[in-house]
Amino acid sequence: MAWLGPQEWEAVALSLRVSFWATLASLPLGIFVAHALARWSFPGKQVLNGLVHLPLILPPVVTGYLLLLTFGTKGPIGGLMQDMGIVLAFRWTGAALAAGVMGFPLMVRAIRLSIEAVDPKLEQAASTLGASRLWVFATVTLPLILPGIIAGSILGFAKAMGEFGATITFVSNIPGETRTVPSAIYAFLQVPGGESSAMRLVVVSVVVAMGALLLSEWLARRAGKRVAG
Amino acid sequence: MTLSVDIRHSLGAFTLDVRFEAPPGLTVLFGRSGSGKSTVINAVAGLLTPDDGRITVEDQTLLDHSRGIDLPPHRRGLGYIFQEGRLFPHMTVRQNLMFSRWFRKSRRSDFGEVVDMLGIGALLDRRPGALSGGEKQRVAIGRALLGDPRIILADEPLAALDEPRKAEILPYFERLRDEVAVPILYVSHSATEVARLATTVVTLENGRVTGQGPATGILGDPMLTPLGARAAGAVLETTVKRHHDDGLTELQAGGMTLFVPRVAQRVGQPLRIRIAAQEVILARRRPEGLSALNILPGQVVKIREGAGPGALVSVATPAGTILARITQRSARELGLGEGVACHAIVKSVAIAPEDVGGAERIIGSA
Repeated sequence: MAWLGPQEWEAVALSLRVSFWATLASLPLGIFVAHALARWSFPGKQVLNGLVHLPLILPPVVTGYLLLLTFGTKGPIGGLMQDMGIVLAFRWTGAALAAGVMGFPLMVRAIRLSIEAVDPKLEQAASTLGASRLWVFATVTLPLILPGIIAGSILGFAKAMGEFGATITFVSNIPGETRTVPSAIYAFLQVPGGESSAMRLVVVSVVVAMGALLLSEWLARRAGKRVAG
Repeated sequence: MTLSVDIRHSLGAFTLDVRFEAPPGLTVLFGRSGSGKSTVINAVAGLLTPDDGRITVEDQTLLDHSRGIDLPPHRRGLGYIFQEGRLFPHMTVRQNLMFSRWFRKSRRSDFGEVVDMLGIGALLDRRPGALSGGEKQRVAIGRALLGDPRIILADEPLAALDEPRKAEILPYFERLRDEVAVPILYVSHSATEVARLATTVVTLENGRVTGQGPATGILGDPMLTPLGARAAGAVLETTVKRHHDDGLTELQAGGMTLFVPRVAQRVGQPLRIRIAAQEVILARRRPEGLSALNILPGQVVKIREGAGPGALVSVATPAGTILARITQRSARELGLGEGVACHAIVKSVAIAPEDVGGAERIIGSA
């Protein structure tokens, strides 16, 4: 990628790292919440559903500010984490948290739909054959929802790559630490002569987004073929 | 091993209150759809928790409300054969068959033996999506058997199949009944399946057990017609005596001779035949110059007059109890009543081939 300048390359690498960890870290929780919403009935289910979808409807800046209030060094959780030596505010890990939170509703939606498409009768059959609830999930549900998990992860990843408002509010725009591709494009456009750098990052964004989409389609088709037998 | 069920459950306006025992062999829960059969079998499986009751298999308690015991399905030692097969689509046939072995220790049943018995050796590496309905159901039987169940449950396992596929699968259940030591609870609303398979019949009407006992006794009782008088028919236990050149097989039952269209069983083998009550004619004197080949002397045991013009008459013959569906007018004109001697006449060709079955038939042809 010789045609990318060091600053641009830094932003691309950071964005990939932030998005990768944001997706990976939120995936287990995403599967758990999607399963709970699809299959369990419990008090407060609608509240959980609303909470999960909140980042989708709130202005990203509001989400970012709420994250800052909560996870900032003076926030209730952020302060606690600081005592343990973990700081998220103005760090790339904070950018990953913001990206993960923003991508979470998309991820949960995709996985939830795939769980609802699994016939509960198959899960019953597995339980009559000796599988506990956890094993039923691992051996029957999980393989059958793999296409949904892939789709949800790619959606979450793409959202993370493009996340701007919450990130810049929560962790600012620090080169090398929290300046992801969207923040970098914004920054380049603020300085004279930055258009060409911004343009190159736009191309990278388009390529990464298209690549992710094609990859997800391909993976989902492969997984779907396996499942359909 | 014996399965004992004693449960009560209500679902809206429908209430279920059943109590029965399923001894070793095959027990058919027999009744119309909506009579509560599936609720009972799912309660035994633990897929549904009844409001109250107790379910035990020999000395093991699966459910006991008074003691707060309700084992989850995976700890009940089940082999459940569902109507729709419910094979796992993301696994090969082999993986489906081996599924229960990931969770259960015992290895009593031999994989190769079960695969051979069901004739599914050629399918092992295929996925369920590539199987026919009959093949799927054979794999489902194998999957249930290989878990070394303490009890086998089957919920209308043939209902989703067409007639040729039913004929393909029925013998496997006959074989299961004769070779597997654990009780089999089999839900059905098919008179043919009951007649062919049942060791014990439990009739269910509107959530209540109306009768339970050996198949011949229950199916020969005119008071128990869970599917209505039209579908009634008694079962006779016979032995194959001789195959004749004219396409008939001679059967022996209680010293009587019966002729049926040629069957595949060898001479000397036991054979069950179901005689539909619709197809039986009654006569006070032994008729002469009649084309029907089977004339069985006997006495009327019971007459049940229906709401319409029909009556259901059970006749005790040396071959066993036969049910006849005649009109009330005929019953009056013949002067039929309990203990009256009469003859039951059955045309050979009226005995349907699917209503004839023994364990050894068709096995090996699959």
